[in-house]
Amino acid sequence: MDQTESGKKQYQELVKEVSPNSKLLANCIRAFVGGGLICVIGQLIKNFFLAQQLGEDSSRLATVAVLIGGSILLTGFGWYDRLSEHIGAGAAVPITGFANAIAAPAIEHKKEGFILGVGAKMFVIAGPVILYGTLASILVGLIYYFVR
Amino acid sequence: MQKQCGAQSIKFENPPVIISGAAVVGPKEGEGPLAKYFDEISSDILFGQSSWEQAESEMVRKGIELAVQKANLTMDQIRYILAGDLLNQGTGSTFGVRSLNRPFFGLFGACSTMGEAMSLGSILIDGGYADYVVSAASSHFCGAEKTFRFPLELGGQRAPTAGWTVTGDGAIVLAKEGDGPRVTAITTGKIIDMGIKDVNNMGAAMAPAAADVMVAHFRDLGISADYYDQIVTGDLGHVGSELLIQLMEKEGYDVSKNSTDCGIEIFDATKQNTLAGGSGCGCSAVTMAGYLLHKLRKKEINKLLFIPTGAMHSVVTAQQGESIPGMAHAVAIENM
Repeated sequence: MDQTESGKKQYQELVKEVSPNSKLLANCIRAFVGGGLICVIGQLIKNFFLAQQLGEDSSRLATVAVLIGGSILLTGFGWYDRLSEHIGAGAAVPITGFANAIAAPAIEHKKEGFILGVGAKMFVIAGPVILYGTLASILVGLIYYFVR
Repeated sequence: MQKQCGAQSIKFENPPVIISGAAVVGPKEGEGPLAKYFDEISSDILFGQSSWEQAESEMVRKGIELAVQKANLTMDQIRYILAGDLLNQGTGSTFGVRSLNRPFFGLFGACSTMGEAMSLGSILIDGGYADYVVSAASSHFCGAEKTFRFPLELGGQRAPTAGWTVTGDGAIVLAKEGDGPRVTAITTGKIIDMGIKDVNNMGAAMAPAAADVMVAHFRDLGISADYYDQIVTGDLGHVGSELLIQLMEKEGYDVSKNSTDCGIEIFDATKQNTLAGGSGCGCSAVTMAGYLLHKLRKKEINKLLFIPTGAMHSVVTAQQGESIPGMAHAVAIENM
C-alpha cells in the first residue's frame, strides 16, 4: 500500500467520492419541524400554567421543569434516542436535549456505582456545555459592561 | 516442506481442521438474514446478566462451551483458548473464560481478532503444540457503544458511513485431525494507516489494510484472485467494500465478483437500519462460525479466503487527533 503523503491524499479523495453524505436538507427540515413541535408543546404547557394564574415568571419555570422531567422520563424508557434518530438537532437543541444528555450517561454508568458512576459520569456530555456556556456568558457580560 | 511462504505468509504442512463452530448472538442479529445459521439467539440483550460487560462474557462462555460440545470433546481436551474482544483490557474474554479453567491467550486485534485467533491457533496446531485449540472473538453492541461512543440513551443521528456493532460470540475448534475444512495458509497483515481520522467511517480506515494483506497473500502463494470461490472480509461494510474493490483494481486484481463482507451479509441494511453494515469482533466471528462454516461443510464454498479487518485506534488516540491504523489477517480455508 502506498503510504506516502501523496498516496494517502489520493486515497482520501477516493474515500470522499465513495462515502455517502448525510442528507443535509432533509435533516434540517426534520430538525426544524421536530424541534419546533417540542417548542409548541412547551408553549402549550406554559399557557396551561398561565391559565392557572401562576404568573409569567413562575409559569416559565414550571414549564422548563415539566419539559426536563418529561425528557428524563422518555430517556429512561429508551424513547428519546429514537425520537432523536428522526429529528436530530431538533431533539438536541431544546432544553429537553440537555436533560437527555445528563440522564443518558447517568443511566449508562449506574453499574459503576453512585459516586464514580452516576456522579462522575453524569456530566461527560453536558459538562463542556456548562463550562463553555458559563465562559461565554461571562465574556458577553464583560462586552455588555464596557460597550453599554 | 518449507512452512514460511513469501514475505509474510505461512503454508501449513499439516493443515489444521476446523472440526466445529458455534455462534451465539443477540436479538438484532437473530432478526437478520443469517439467523438460521446461528446456534443460539438470545432475545435478551443482557443475556440474563445485569451489565453489558457481564452479558458479553456470558456470550463468550456459552459460545466456547457450545463449540467444544459440538466437537464431541470435553473442555479438558482443549489445550489453549485464544480469544479477544473490544472491551477495555479484553475483559469480555477473560471474564468469559474464567470458569472454563483452560490455558488462555488473550488477544487484541480490534475487529480483526477472529483472524488473529485462527492464525495463531493454526500455528499452534501445525507446530505440534496442541491437539485442540479454541479460537474465538466477541463484541456487544451496548458494550462497544459505551466504550467507544456515547451512552446508549443519548439522542443523536448516526452518520451513513457508520457501522453497527454486532452482538455475538463466534468460536471454532481447531484440531490436528478430523472432519471438516482445513486452514491451509495464513497471511499476517501489517498496520496500514492511510490517514483516515473519521471514527464514523471505519470501513475507509480498514479497506487499505485488507487490500494490502490480500495482495501479499496472492503474491506469497503465487495465486490469483479467482483461485478462491469466495473472499470474505470482516467488517468493511458497504463503503469499505466498495473502496476495497477499487484499491484491488489498482493493484491489478478483480475481486468484484467473488468478494463480500460479513458486515454486509449479517444485517439487512435497509430493513434493520444498520447504515454501512455490521462491525465489531463478533461480526466476522459469528459469520465464520455460523454461516461460512456451514457453507464450507455443505461444500457450497470449497475455497474461502477469510479476512477479518480491524481499526486499531482507541478513544484517547482519536481524541488526540491521531489517524486510525487499519489491520487485517488473511486465513485461507479449503475443503481438501
